[in-house]
Amino acid sequence: MSANTALAEKYRNNFLKEIEEQVEMGDWVKMCMQCGVCSGSCPTNFQSAWEHPPQELFMMIRAGKREEVLTSTSMWNCTSCYNCIVRCPRKLPITHIMHGIAEYAHRIGMAPKMQATRFFSGLFWKNATKTGRVNELKLSMGLYFKDGFAQGVKNGMAMQSVALGLVKAGRLNVMELFGGHKCKDQKGIQAMLKKAYEIERNRKAAKMAG
Amino acid sequence: MAKHEYAFYPGCSSQKGASASNYLTSVEAMCKTLDVKITEIPDWNCCGASIGYAEAGELPRHVMNARNFALSEKNLPGKEIVATCAACWLGARETRERLSHSDTLMNDTREALKEAGLTINEMPNIRHMVEVLIEDIGFDEMKKHVVRPLEGVKIAGYVGCQTNRPFGVDGESFENPQYLDKMVEMVGAQSIPEYEQKVTCCGGALAFSEPEKAQAQIKDIVESAYDHGAEMIVTPCPLCQANVEVYQGQINKRYGTKFDIPVMYYSQLMVVAYGGSAKDAALNGQVIKARRLEEIAAKPVLSRAEGPAKR
Ligand code: SF4
Ligand code: SF4
Ligand code: SF4
Ligand code: SF4
Repeated sequence: MSANTALAEKYRNNFLKEIEEQVEMGDWVKMCMQCGVCSGSCPTNFQSAWEHPPQELFMMIRAGKREEVLTSTSMWNCTSCYNCIVRCPRKLPITHIMHGIAEYAHRIGMAPKMQATRFFSGLFWKNATKTGRVNELKLSMGLYFKDGFAQGVKNGMAMQSVALGLVKAGRLNVMELFGGHKCKDQKGIQAMLKKAYEIERNRKAAKMAG
Repeated sequence: MAKHEYAFYPGCSSQKGASASNYLTSVEAMCKTLDVKITEIPDWNCCGASIGYAEAGELPRHVMNARNFALSEKNLPGKEIVATCAACWLGARETRERLSHSDTLMNDTREALKEAGLTINEMPNIRHMVEVLIEDIGFDEMKKHVVRPLEGVKIAGYVGCQTNRPFGVDGESFENPQYLDKMVEMVGAQSIPEYEQKVTCCGGALAFSEPEKAQAQIKDIVESAYDHGAEMIVTPCPLCQANVEVYQGQINKRYGTKFDIPVMYYSQLMVVAYGGSAKDAALNGQVIKARRLEEIAAKPVLSRAEGPAKR
């Protein structure tokens, strides 16, 4: 049984509870009073890009629209601008809930596979934790090549003028590809992260069992 | 001994050869003038930034920040941690709050840190460089060192989001913070307090992954600066700086605009005003050259008994 099926089974007909137990800050969702301030403050809402602003997502969670919420691209378009957080009259940690739902959808394999920001987010974390520091060049190369080699060359070409400007200004080092910045104690970092993942996994599993 | 000492968390983007290396160069020159000593936390790691959330989960993210706290405590005991990047500062502060409010999270973090041979006993204070300037140094002291006022230059203060929300600088409003405008005035330039895009989000990491969405935001930010007659934009955040500067060419292609406005760090303005050279202020690090500032930096300074001008 896949992680997703197991979870769907366990929380049958209670998507709100699933969000409360499995999503970081998810227990705040029930506090939303649907005033709409967050939606009106969200920058991505002004562009035609978003499927659902936060208020709508929270309503859908309560209505049990599991599939629609978890497969949505909306959470991935959150720019972490914190406009919603400082304005919400109920003090919901909206930004963190958005990231939390995204992370959960990704964790159980429901997130849209080729959503660019999802891809970038994972890449960023891997890039940062591999050596302890972000390698900006490998990060951008990884993003451009996500849709395969030909598309990668095309994306790279589109960004070429931007990249060239940075190289000239001494702000993008081509040598980063062959090593670049890193922490000395990479072993310690890996061990520490491994432990952290283990603890977190156990806590989530305990909740599901309990 | 320096008047003010801090543990310094530069962040990935400020490393040598990275996208905000010009920020670091100018911050170092600025600190020298103000007698602020910043000592890099040895072997600091990336904070994971807000955008790493897909893989990070909760605990691993906090553990990354906590490792920096532990290294700071071990090597620079009793020092507050200062960050120059808004995202680093925010991430570290968030971790500080969460750990302080949850014993479970704190204990889990300690357990993970043990694997790296580290521990935390005390929670450090996390400050942004602009907080240090405003609260510890103060505007009067900052102004004393101005020997080459940036007279007649009109500058739009773009604060962006993460330096401003959710924590912000004490005593400032989320909707219309004033400190960046005050800093512009402090260096002798002309501020634009009514610049209505000062806290608009530039799109953050979406500039990278979904450029058309972020560029629509950036266009509004730049356009409004032009509408107010600004010659340059100033910001306290490395990602804001990069986003607003480097995509202007692409925006011009997309929208038929003619944007070509330099985007500076507050520290670069200060170094020039303090009598530093174009090199001290890392003006060579601009993708869109700040010619007006280069001209000013080439001018002689007002005479003064002391100050950084005499080098
Ligand atoms: S601002 Fe807060 S209370 Fe209002 S809809 Fe958004 S989350 Fe709900
Ligand atoms: S933090 Fe995310 S959800 Fe909140 S307003 Fe900004 S983009 Fe929208
Ligand atoms: S916020 Fe960015 S620059 Fe700062 S440490 Fe994190 S990843 Fe590096
Ligand atoms: S303005 Fe842009 S770069 Fe600056 S903090 Fe906001 S999202 Fe990040």
